[in-house]
Amino acid sequence: MTDTVAVIGGSMTKFGQREEWICELLAEAGNACLTDAGVPPEAVEHLYVSNMSSGEFEGQTGIMNALAHDLGLMPAYSQRVDQTSASGGAGIYAAWQSIASGASEMTLLVGGEKMTHRSTAEATDIIASCTHPAEYKHGVTLPSFAGLTARMYLDRFDAPRESLARVAVKNHENGTRNENAQFQKEITVEEALDSPIIADPLRLYDFCPVTDGSAALMFCSVEVAEEYADDYAIVSGIGGATDTHVVHEREDPTTMGGVVKSSEQAFEMADLTPDDIDVAELHDMFTILEFLQMEGIGFAEKGNAWEHAMDGRTKLDGELPINPSGGLKSKGHPLGASGVAQGYEIYEQLVGEAGDRQVSAETGLACNVGGFGNCVITTILEANQ
Amino acid sequence: MTMEAYRYENGSISYPGHPRGRDGSNPVETIDLSEYTGEILTWTTSTATPPGVRAPNTLAIVEFDVDGTAVRALGQTTTDDVEIGMEVTPVYTEELREPGVGIKAADGPQEWDGYRFEPV
Repeated sequence: MTDTVAVIGGSMTKFGQREEWICELLAEAGNACLTDAGVPPEAVEHLYVSNMSSGEFEGQTGIMNALAHDLGLMPAYSQRVDQTSASGGAGIYAAWQSIASGASEMTLLVGGEKMTHRSTAEATDIIASCTHPAEYKHGVTLPSFAGLTARMYLDRFDAPRESLARVAVKNHENGTRNENAQFQKEITVEEALDSPIIADPLRLYDFCPVTDGSAALMFCSVEVAEEYADDYAIVSGIGGATDTHVVHEREDPTTMGGVVKSSEQAFEMADLTPDDIDVAELHDMFTILEFLQMEGIGFAEKGNAWEHAMDGRTKLDGELPINPSGGLKSKGHPLGASGVAQGYEIYEQLVGEAGDRQVSAETGLACNVGGFGNCVITTILEANQ
Repeated sequence: MTMEAYRYENGSISYPGHPRGRDGSNPVETIDLSEYTGEILTWTTSTATPPGVRAPNTLAIVEFDVDGTAVRALGQTTTDDVEIGMEVTPVYTEELREPGVGIKAADGPQEWDGYRFEPV
């Protein structure tokens, strides 16, 4: 048993529209992670595969065993982790548990999803199947939850519509510095505000795209990490929590209880506060989610996260850079991969390998949201030196 | 068909009902929300709808006052011309979306009828 778990390597594939199917995407990221970490396949004792719906999207199940075979990891224990779009974060939680418990000495986590062979409408329906049947029959989608919540937020806190557009502009700008991001294109506030309505008051540029891709991280104890790397990251805090399945049953629909509780757990474990975080990756599947997470985590007071978007605090050169990778908004959102890719971005920032988007950071946070805040994982990573 | 909500031992009400309430308490009675009027808390008009769903699809979260206890429901509206604070009443609809066109089977456990909200 160890209370100090390290991340010693990571990788991500190019996100976007890919020809490869799910098993090939997972193998690409997993193989690159083995190389990056310098870990031989026979050293991996546990393999976790974060994925929401390979059966529904592609008709392919059993992907954890397929990946173990493709990477020569047998007889490693393997397990698929599904927590809808928080599957990646849940995979980090499972990998952390496997090392912290002593059950595994070396754990590989790979997250991935293959989505773009389906139409946007079909992909939207597969994702919406995570809603309650009483919601599903009305044709509710995750984007429509975002529209409902955004209208309530803007009305209640007198926030300008432009503030949401500024989230999209910032994350698109960051994405141009990430060669693996789906979009390599800057946009203007005017373009965001004039784009087609998707879920009023939200428009096209308030939403992440449908994406194929995969990402991976390698976990071990700090003692083992010292054998493999000079620079690595330490999982100093992690928390997971759920909120109601039925979104309208929440006391305050603009508060994501899973974000609040999981971040409280992570900060308590790390003995840190929101002020100690240097960089964050938040689950900006929709622009409004960046505000709700900032407030739930404690980066902003309730009802004023939008002011931080307006004054530039969350830009790459701001006081608290948020989504330097481009976020889900620009980097893309291959469901099971996203939480792992968030962790990979924080890892890259902490070990100084983030290239053109490198910020000064010793401590970073990733918040991965499933459903519309239904289940949430918050992870805090710190540089070892 | 009714728009059945549950009242729990602690007095709270939820729609839809659950085997246990938020605090773990058991349900003690059912309440038909279709007999009440409610107020729109927020709404959206979705243009990117899944297979079998009308486009555009205007949805609202409505809050009902049941003898002093608030309970909410989400549903389609009968018109796109809605506003926050508008008073609405549930109206039965045989088919809210086309069965079996999306990922869920037409003859499975998913119900396809229900109530839309109509301005009073």
